Amino acid sequence: MKYLTLKKDRFNHFIGLVAKRHIIMAPVSKGYNNYVFQHVTSGDEIALKYIPTIIPPKKYFMPQFETLLEYDKTWGENMNAIVDYEGMVLFGVHTCDIEGIQEINIVFSDRPKDFNYLARRSKIIIMGLECNEYCDEFASCCMMHNYLPDGGYDLFFTDMGDYFYIHVNTQLGDEVVESLPVFEDATGKNYIELGNLRARKREIFKNEVGIEYQNIPELLERTKNSPVWEDLGRRCLACGNCTNVCPTCFCFNILDDVNLDLKTGKRTRMWDSCQNEAFAKVAGGENFRKERSARQRHRFFKKFKYTVDRFARFFCTGCGRCSRTCMAKINLKETLKQLKEETIQ
Amino acid sequence: MKTILKDSLYTQVRGKILRIRQLTELEKLFEIALLEGQSLDHEPGQFVLISIFGVGEAPFSVCSSPTKRDSFEITVRKVGRLTSALHLLEPGDEVGIRGPYGRGFPITLMVGNDILIVGGGLGIVPLRSLIHYIIDNRRNYGKVDILLGCRTPQNMLFGDEVEHWEERVDVDFSCTVDQADPEWTGNIGRITSLIPGINLDPHRTFATVVGPPVMYKFVIQELRKKQIPDRQILVSLERRMKCGLGRCGHCQIEHLYCCQDGPVFTYEQIKDIKEAI
Repeated sequence: MKYLTLKKDRFNHFIGLVAKRHIIMAPVSKGYNNYVFQHVTSGDEIALKYIPTIIPPKKYFMPQFETLLEYDKTWGENMNAIVDYEGMVLFGVHTCDIEGIQEINIVFSDRPKDFNYLARRSKIIIMGLECNEYCDEFASCCMMHNYLPDGGYDLFFTDMGDYFYIHVNTQLGDEVVESLPVFEDATGKNYIELGNLRARKREIFKNEVGIEYQNIPELLERTKNSPVWEDLGRRCLACGNCTNVCPTCFCFNILDDVNLDLKTGKRTRMWDSCQNEAFAKVAGGENFRKERSARQRHRFFKKFKYTVDRFARFFCTGCGRCSRTCMAKINLKETLKQLKEETIQ
Repeated sequence: MKTILKDSLYTQVRGKILRIRQLTELEKLFEIALLEGQSLDHEPGQFVLISIFGVGEAPFSVCSSPTKRDSFEITVRKVGRLTSALHLLEPGDEVGIRGPYGRGFPITLMVGNDILIVGGGLGIVPLRSLIHYIIDNRRNYGKVDILLGCRTPQNMLFGDEVEHWEERVDVDFSCTVDQADPEWTGNIGRITSLIPGINLDPHRTFATVVGPPVMYKFVIQELRKKQIPDRQILVSLERRMKCGLGRCGHCQIEHLYCCQDGPVFTYEQIKDIKEAI
């Protein structure tokens, strides 16, 4: 284990040094309290205090459009399976999004292994950044036990006011920082200050819904036929925003792009949403999740029940993006509260 | 950085269409051989993803028996983009193939038992693989009953084979149509009407049911009246598999992925799942 500190006035210098050797993606402010992960070359561009970005950093691990095959039909159905990726340093990932990346990791590393994903993942260095307080009222990271760092990163930065406290978690992370002349070794005093900060955080972060997360699968099982789902179905616009911004949603579609010559082209994997009406439709016209209420319920069950059964993990990180983005104001925390109230009555 | 990926899950194997048979107005039978000469090595009830580059990929049940090793067959009803494109192909043309995927009928567990096969409409397609397999390994199984139903005699798929099954001494075959025409001499009515007349020992019987979603409920009711245990009632469910790998989510039935956990399920597995049928 290795712990370092970085003085705030050296932060720009640090980013500049890393940018010489790596492509850096980091949160950048776009105004109106919107943030996105994008390419940066200097520390000034980076938003060190930000609410979850519109699209989570999942986009670097599972791109919205990803070429799987390139084909050439000139002499039969010929193709090459390809992977298109670039190495990068992902700076400033909050603990909720680190958790989201780990979820995606489990899905695509499970057998049969997805080598497109594994190739891409191996070239991404993750530098986490701690949230010292709540981003906004949509987050439920305390309920989902994600407000404190718990692995999944190479380096982890905690803003201590005039310096950063840095946890070097992996050899890969160490290789990035060891040659850079901007760090100091963390002292016992730094460690105590970190402890104080974490203690303060435990005071601030309280279970946002009032349900222990291990009880959610059972809660959903008991409320499968609840009128709450009908209500969500009436309000939902089936736009798919909630799944597009979710750090753990991994459903996709596979489509072909034909080039102008009509002989060559590529097969692409692209994000899809279980909220789209045609998602579960089959050739004969039968639709197995025709009702919006059924599709919303499916989303909740996929976050809190099916994935728990399959991967022993919740596929909700508590980032709050689905509630923040919903045009119909469907709120994950509110929905869980309503379901809970129903079981009490 | 773009590189060739050797272990991609999406690699297509090239296959050549050997023969095409027009079965009805809408359905064609394609016989396909893998270009490298290898066998598909599937189990009855499994499916393959058939691809035409530029159009896309879609899942199809393999309708030939694995005992036929040089080639395999699929039946394609012309309903959408890919199926229409497939209908335009000719013998000698190529398609891409991924698979076989999924869990088929438990042919090993079924050994030594009586087999009741119930197929409605297109349901005969995956069942045909099982029927051929059982006929090719007839000694391993007890009494074999085949019940088929379809809308009209013109919709009947594999008419010549059906005649052959009717003539065989080692299978009991009956079929029914919803609407007859003047030449029809067989049964008229729903397929459920054929089940009460079947004589079987429920605890030694595996029933396999494949058909349109609306059929399952009524057929399963009849089978339970016959006291066939839930775990010995097998159904094959249709979903739109996009990846076949248990990921893309399109075929998900609550916690089950139809492409990996199915498409063949026991009734016991799915009876409490509202979305299943």
